[in-house]
Amino acid sequence: MAAEKMALAKALNASLRTALETDPKVLVMGEDVGRLGGVFRITDQLQKDFGEDRVIDTPLAESGIIGTAIGLALRGYRPVAEIQFDGFVFPAYDQIVTQLAKMHARSLGAVRLPVVIRIPYGGGIGAVEHHSESPEALFAHVAGLKIVTPSDASDAYWMLQQAIQCDDPVVFFEPKARYWDKGEVDREGIPGPLHAAKVVRPGDDLTIAAYGPSVKTALAAASAAEEDGVSLEVVDLRSVSPIDFDTLQRSVERTGRLVVVHEAPVFFGSGGEIAARITERCFYHLEAPVLRVGGFHAPYPPARLEEEYLPGLDRVLDSVDRALAY
Amino acid sequence: MTVESTAARGKPRRAAAETTAASGKTTASRKPAASGKAAASKKPAAPRRTAASRKPAGKRQAERPEMVQLLTPEGERVEHPDYALDTTPEQLRGLYRDMMLTRRFDAEATALQRQGELGLWPSLLGQEAAQIGSGRALRETDYVFPTYREHGVAWCRGVDPAQLLGMFRGVNHGGWDPASNRFHLYTIVIGSQALHATGYAMGVLKDGADEAVLAYFGDGASSQGDVAEAFTFAAVYNAPVVFFCQNNQWAISEPTERQTRVPLYQRAQGYGFPGVRVDGNDVLAVLAVTRAAAEHARTGQGPILVEAFTYRMGAHTTSDDPTRYRPKEELEAWEAKDPMLRLRRLIEREDAADDAFFSELQAESDALAKRVREVIRTMPDPDGMAMFEHTYADGHALVDEERAQYGAYLASFADQHEGN
Repeated sequence: MAAEKMALAKALNASLRTALETDPKVLVMGEDVGRLGGVFRITDQLQKDFGEDRVIDTPLAESGIIGTAIGLALRGYRPVAEIQFDGFVFPAYDQIVTQLAKMHARSLGAVRLPVVIRIPYGGGIGAVEHHSESPEALFAHVAGLKIVTPSDASDAYWMLQQAIQCDDPVVFFEPKARYWDKGEVDREGIPGPLHAAKVVRPGDDLTIAAYGPSVKTALAAASAAEEDGVSLEVVDLRSVSPIDFDTLQRSVERTGRLVVVHEAPVFFGSGGEIAARITERCFYHLEAPVLRVGGFHAPYPPARLEEEYLPGLDRVLDSVDRALAY
Repeated sequence: MTVESTAARGKPRRAAAETTAASGKTTASRKPAASGKAAASKKPAAPRRTAASRKPAGKRQAERPEMVQLLTPEGERVEHPDYALDTTPEQLRGLYRDMMLTRRFDAEATALQRQGELGLWPSLLGQEAAQIGSGRALRETDYVFPTYREHGVAWCRGVDPAQLLGMFRGVNHGGWDPASNRFHLYTIVIGSQALHATGYAMGVLKDGADEAVLAYFGDGASSQGDVAEAFTFAAVYNAPVVFFCQNNQWAISEPTERQTRVPLYQRAQGYGFPGVRVDGNDVLAVLAVTRAAAEHARTGQGPILVEAFTYRMGAHTTSDDPTRYRPKEELEAWEAKDPMLRLRRLIEREDAADDAFFSELQAESDALAKRVREVIRTMPDPDGMAMFEHTYADGHALVDEERAQYGAYLASFADQHEGN
């Protein structure tokens, strides 16, 4: 079957459908995932086709969703839990950090918790408070969790399949501003490794590392720079824990410059970790310090200000210019 | 402290009076509708219920209304219309042995902590009946989610006591395979495991399995959001989970009235499932009530809350000092209700054991203590590289990198040594 063109949201829906069809132990659970099909319709029609026993509308209690998902996983199920919005994950943070992440270690490997937590994240859709945040670094800091985030429809389809098949807990961040972007999905294809970074645009002068919603911004910056005769390489990290530093290192060793772009606040964010590690690995190849572009050390602003807060094309290009000026 | 004064402590007096009025049916709360009706009718305690227990209840007015009791502190049997329990002398001896060995193990662990062999120990002293009674009420196929104090339940599940010591020794964070004894890892964060139990029970229900899941927690945990969420999830999904609350009156230094304004077992009603309070120092009543509760869960009737009304006679853990926060008289009052003493009195009253039994049991408990001492003192520290193991099931590049770096760092000392 040839590749189909579909929106990222549809690809996620197709991926969940495939998982539910393939493995009777897979469960989809969360607030509004059943009859409504999720507030973003990611689980559209799934309850109708797989029943209330497989696609479970839950009480409005995030800690309860994750805590019971842990119990279901202990019983041999593979729950895919939806947290409705990024800012609502915090009531479940305790269960994720103190229980989900650590039970495998606590049991010296006897217990496996193949739980996927899907979280629509990031800004740019004009939402109200707590609906636009990027808390990935808060999870990446916790050993025992894996963090991934697709940037296009194909990755959305395949990475979710792989996350569900993974025996570790995976936090699956979905770039909600990209839900409606269409891309080719080859459902017969063979996906690359879940945690491998991907060079999505080759270039020679500078590397931009991005993930999730920022990949599109980075690609737009590369197109704009090309008009000025500057060749940018864009690496989609795809995975925030672990990070594929080998692929990134190869790119930076060639280009000599790195700008990291993410929507989360720069302070103590994943960009800092990337900058530190790449500096360690590529010290003698770097022509400029690693620069970061991202959110500010301020609460995510009201929607009318978010364009200023988010790392848009101009701020990315400004950092590119600064890096090239060294 | 008497139950009466505790009840008064825990609630506005008017609520306490209502409790008494409804209490005739409380023990029948396996049938939620019936219990609701009784509460609504506010009839005086039904005579048919009090008939059998009038005599002993008369003596302990405070304990009568709310709690299921089959054995008085004096070691006398009490009949209860909903929780009949036939016991053989052998069963009584078995329960006594379980409690004796658990108490001896607990005392040894406390001593080992004082000797610096354990970093911490949460003693179960005083809660033996609540734990052995409930633990022995279960089938092998049932599944238990404990807190960190369920040493007696662990004993009933066949977990080697020495295995419980690893985390308190500091060599691991639990270390046993929960599936092998159907006894989950000890959980330190208060109340978290109530949700794990509920999720597991949801899975049991999906599988159509004939199993009950027990979630243990304390009176302090009843204030946690996770416990409330577990009640909600269990109720709406009709999950076969028994919430077994050991109300030992104190959450470190916070008394029960700092956690609740109503008797804890009554919380269940608000979630739509039955709750029952049992004398937690009465191993026979705990056995009977838990057996019925597990059957309630297994037979598709959904969750149930059992509040075992008991007392923690020791400290919360070896780190605290209960003399700072609780009166001596309270401890003395509860010592008179010691769960082991009470069973011993029954055994003597019914002539269910001879002297040889007690002397052999003494020898057995001494041997257990000796073995525990030896295990602890020979328990090896884990290898330094062990911290990199089991962080992930499927591996993680960062862990691999750090393992390699730290391994090389350690190896550098070996190289230096060889160089010298």
